[in-house]
Amino acid sequence: MAPSVSVREAYGKTLVELGRQNPDVVVLDADLSRSTMTHFFASEFPKRIFDCGIAEQNMVGIAAGLAASGKIPFASTFSVFIPGRCFDQVRMSVAQPQLNVKLVTTHSGITVGEDGTSHQAIEDLALACALPGLTVVVPADAIETVRVIRMAAATEGPFYIRLCRPGLPLVHNEDYRFELGKATVMREGNRATIIAIGTMVATALEAAGNLQQAGIDCRVLNMSTLKPVDEAAIVRAARDTGAIVTAEEHLEHGGLGSAVARVLARQHPVPVEFVAIKDTYAESGPPAELLRKYGLTAADIERAVRTVVERKG
Amino acid sequence: MTCFTGELLSSAVMGGIIDEQKPMMQQPGEIKALSLAEMQAIARKLRRHIVTMIGSVGSGHPGGSLSAVEIVSTLYFRVLRHNPRDPQWPDRDRFILSKGHAAPMLYATLAECGYFPVEELSTLRKLNSRLQGHTDHMLTPGIEMTAGSLGQGLSFSTGVALAGRLDSKPYQVYVLLGDGECDEGQVWEAAMAAAHFKLDNLVAIVDRNGLQIDGWTCDVMGLEPFNSKWSSFGWHVIEADGHDFTRLEEAFSQAKTIKGQPTVIIARTTKGKGVSFMENNADFHGKAPTPEQVEIALKELE
Repeated sequence: MAPSVSVREAYGKTLVELGRQNPDVVVLDADLSRSTMTHFFASEFPKRIFDCGIAEQNMVGIAAGLAASGKIPFASTFSVFIPGRCFDQVRMSVAQPQLNVKLVTTHSGITVGEDGTSHQAIEDLALACALPGLTVVVPADAIETVRVIRMAAATEGPFYIRLCRPGLPLVHNEDYRFELGKATVMREGNRATIIAIGTMVATALEAAGNLQQAGIDCRVLNMSTLKPVDEAAIVRAARDTGAIVTAEEHLEHGGLGSAVARVLARQHPVPVEFVAIKDTYAESGPPAELLRKYGLTAADIERAVRTVVERKG
Repeated sequence: MTCFTGELLSSAVMGGIIDEQKPMMQQPGEIKALSLAEMQAIARKLRRHIVTMIGSVGSGHPGGSLSAVEIVSTLYFRVLRHNPRDPQWPDRDRFILSKGHAAPMLYATLAECGYFPVEELSTLRKLNSRLQGHTDHMLTPGIEMTAGSLGQGLSFSTGVALAGRLDSKPYQVYVLLGDGECDEGQVWEAAMAAAHFKLDNLVAIVDRNGLQIDGWTCDVMGLEPFNSKWSSFGWHVIEADGHDFTRLEEAFSQAKTIKGQPTVIIARTTKGKGVSFMENNADFHGKAPTPEQVEIALKELE
């Protein structure tokens, strides 16, 4: 597998690039600038970064005021705090008035590891997707992160962008072009489609490789824009392959699996399985062991694919 | 629909007092100050609008709307640089209503300034109206912030003030909070931040009417010592009678001279001010008057 590259560093360095291009780009953090990597921006643009201290709700409100005054604020903290802790601030101060605020969070999911349940954001996508008008994007590697951050800066409107703590293997080439609202076909196949986001895209590709050796060719989609979800790509996958597996480092409720199931139920029902955290909190532990215990490995995806392939008959 | 407000606009311009502290070019349509006598009349008119609007739809928040009439009319008719013909004028002074339930008071003020027709006030809270139950930035000309869930306006205003400073804009940011609203922790997060960032272009006004839904603020959740809370957070504190135009204007003038820190004006007010049976009555926080009560109230406000 390709070596891992930090998505957080990709974020931090892209902010600096944007800061040089556009004086209206400003950054907010809540005492986590070395973890979210907004400190790169702080070093080059000390007047355009606002560290709000450990006060995330206030940070979101300040970002809203900056956006209402023509700035392009990127506000960052851990994924447990936005949208969780600040749900009402994101809802009323950002999403309802459709302000141009970019909420970019890091340390999502259970791969945050040893810090345990309080720090493992496994419900953030459900919360973010519940808000009308909030665009939700989950990049799958550092290359995609750079493209997504650039696109968010250039696109009017509120965004929630979810990054993780560990580095991720590169799944895209340098010539990759991100298109908002469009899934990317990562590999072709005709027996089933694995639709994945974020950390699970590399895992899905690993599973697809193993399945191919067993004679099961799978399509893999990277559904990096979770909202608005690419309905056409989902329906196409259902028509072409007749079975779907979703994979996400998030609760089964309210994330990718729910979005895909909603589209399929209405437009093209086929057998579906969900690789996601079941209705439970996780615990402290090394990320790789947590992924195993909570069912988020390539082997889990392979099992789910075999199940849906069998069900379609 | 005729636009009655054009008439008021021109009388405001004709009768205006030139403020020597504002050397910048006047924009066409920019509101100029009303005289003291005109202010008394406009306050009565705003109160009549508030009672009529809320009474007509049968829901809304009269108490906290009536208590803030002088504060907000002093701002819109004496202090703010703003232009109803150009609500997005980049250099305008900002007024942000954090206590969004006082929306009827702000709608009435904006309509009398000419942001939209006064006749539109009767659409308050009705289907397809631009005048939502709580303020909506997306719908209503002149509304700077979507509000209603308390405690968020001071953070928002801090962002607006930071942006003004970054761009070296001349505008001032005024934000009105309720005293009960100050129970919200986010208010104090923002108070800390605005002082930390030394935002002397930011003025908060607290409508200190002493009442919240469940009763007196001292019984529900004590705020005192309120002034020293703000000063210990790094704010310059001014106390004023929130129904006295002269005192309020003095407070706003003084706030402009304070450098290196934000200012808060603790405006002592009476909830339900101007309507005898609503004054100091928590029941009228969020209850509409009956048609009979509207009639009595309008007589009192003649």
